[in-house]
Amino acid sequence: MNTALPLSASLDVVLPEGATDPGAAAPAARPAAARRRAVVVLAGLAVVLGGVVLLAVGIGAVRIAPAQVLAILAAHVGVALPWEYEVQQALVLTGIRLPRVLMGVLVGAGLAVSGAYLQGLFRNPLADPGLIGVSSGAALGAASMIVLGALVPGAMASVLGAFGVAAAAFAGGLAVALLVYRLATRGRTTSVTTMLLAGIALNALCGAGTGVLVLLSDDGQLRDLTFWTLGSLGGATWGALAVVAPLVGAALLAAPRLARALNVMLLGEAEARHLGVNTERTKRRVIALAALTVGGATAVSGLIGFVGLVVPHLGRLLLGPDHRVLVPASALLGAVLLVAADLLARTVVQPAEIPIGILTALAGAPFFLALLLRRQRTAWSAS
Amino acid sequence: MMRRWMGWMMGWLVVLPMGLQAQPATSEPATSEPVRGVDGVATRVEDTRRLVTLGGAITEIVYALGLGDRVVAADASSLYPPDVLEKPRLGYYRQASAEGILAQRPTLVVAPEGLGPPAVIEQLRAAGVPVLLLEEAHTVEAAVHRIRTLARALGRDAAGEQIVARMEAELAAARPQQGAASPRVLFIYARGAGLVNVAGRATAADAVIRLAGGENVVTAYEGYRPLTAEAAVAAAPEVIVVPQRGLESLGGVDGLLRQPGLALTPAGRQRRVVAVDDALLLSFGPRLGEGVLRLSRALRSERPAGEEGGRR
Repeated sequence: MNTALPLSASLDVVLPEGATDPGAAAPAARPAAARRRAVVVLAGLAVVLGGVVLLAVGIGAVRIAPAQVLAILAAHVGVALPWEYEVQQALVLTGIRLPRVLMGVLVGAGLAVSGAYLQGLFRNPLADPGLIGVSSGAALGAASMIVLGALVPGAMASVLGAFGVAAAAFAGGLAVALLVYRLATRGRTTSVTTMLLAGIALNALCGAGTGVLVLLSDDGQLRDLTFWTLGSLGGATWGALAVVAPLVGAALLAAPRLARALNVMLLGEAEARHLGVNTERTKRRVIALAALTVGGATAVSGLIGFVGLVVPHLGRLLLGPDHRVLVPASALLGAVLLVAADLLARTVVQPAEIPIGILTALAGAPFFLALLLRRQRTAWSAS
Repeated sequence: MMRRWMGWMMGWLVVLPMGLQAQPATSEPATSEPVRGVDGVATRVEDTRRLVTLGGAITEIVYALGLGDRVVAADASSLYPPDVLEKPRLGYYRQASAEGILAQRPTLVVAPEGLGPPAVIEQLRAAGVPVLLLEEAHTVEAAVHRIRTLARALGRDAAGEQIVARMEAELAAARPQQGAASPRVLFIYARGAGLVNVAGRATAADAVIRLAGGENVVTAYEGYRPLTAEAAVAAAPEVIVVPQRGLESLGGVDGLLRQPGLALTPAGRQRRVVAVDDALLLSFGPRLGEGVLRLSRALRSERPAGEEGGRR
């Protein structure tokens, strides 16, 4: 365990910005002004999300005018509006576009909230859902099904074809996250540092496994695999939505209780224990929620990088490190980013599509850098 | 706690498939003359005025049947005839966009069985657009079947039979005489130096080499693998076949022979390199016979560094 000491020391050095500010980390000391600001920003983000969702529902390769969108949606709840529309427009809106936009909301929120939880738990701004092995495990699972699924005979194959890759990705992601957790747990305590290192090792191992499958794959399988790793919301259906919604919902519902514990744990694990926080339970919950949410999101949309890593930072730059506001802010920001990225993905080169993973990075990275630089400038001018 | 977590996981593993499972494709009633796709779904084609074709071979067949003017959009792998490049491009057929296809208002979508993601097929059919899926296999039988199925679906049986007859005649002409030696062939797929792959068994290239009366020297593996110098020398090919675009990316025959090991092979020493048009030869479309015949002649010509193999 010699190596663990310097590493955990260095982890403390790279605490999320503001964590060293006891006023921000201790919930009781939050001044009323900060609370007002949080409410205003969160409400603003909710409005922005609503706007982006409306925009995304209204725009696409098939032209559907805003009035027609309203009429189609109203018809579904039994209200007849005077605007006329074609049957195919209604089918596109309710069968393709609407589930896709809602999937963007769920996946974006899920990835971002998981990122916020994990960065809090690891007290490391570089933490993202990939760190506990979910992404690489999901990739290995998906690759196995894409490449070896062809070997499954007859009737099984046709059943597997439709959802096999998603199920394998979900199972792979959870299995590797569980393994990472188990490796880092001795008796009743889990070492966050060991978890981080075990995650790195298992990521490498999964990468090697995926590499072997790439070697075995034929042209078509290789294409499928490559597209899967770039992510897409193109497979969104109401059924898939119903599977992912409870997973993301659970992660959000747990926020109030987890946020308090994570706030205190920013002071250090021992300190948090002394203050009465059940740190082991918090670790288990964060890992389980992140693994389930990211596993579910990855199963239906492939690998979408960047959201889980950077969105919590955007939230922190806007509202500070208090997890009670950071988690909902991350959820809203993640949803906005992903719905907007998907809107671009399916319209910029229409009738073709750009893989969304390219766009989340392309759109989010410069925005993040700009915020980072502005914050740095104000910090310097203030000191 | 761990136990509960695992219980959750198991629960989700059971629920996930149910949520994601595609609705079973319902076969349409066989009233007029439905055409059965490779997925077993019978498609009754009533309107062929607006066709969306995906996959190079399928697009070529539709054009060869004389219905190119009805193609309203095609995918990124549809490169021939040049006319199709002017039409809306739908991305690659394995990552198609349901809404992008529907926006073309197709009356029929024809695609290889690999059309994906799977939800796209479901979404297109749910929107009332017939989707005819055809087998992708790189065999003459599959190529013939593709042509006949499409011809029947589009009401052009006679034109389809004409294409098949011509293809079969060309393939027969390409077949080597009894007792003729089979040249030993190495097929190289290149995208610039350092990105040089060699075709093994179960590839389109392997099938085409055999149809042209050659023998693929790589029998140790399936698919494409990176070129290794020693394996190339040990395989001792008499002819190297390479797509024209790949040859250009390497800087011509001289560049190709600078790849590790190739200069030491019999083909390298005699500079027997055949450049082919891979869109013509490897898509197993309606021009398969023409491509194989050209390759067959090139394999047997004594001229070094020939470029007649399969050039348009």
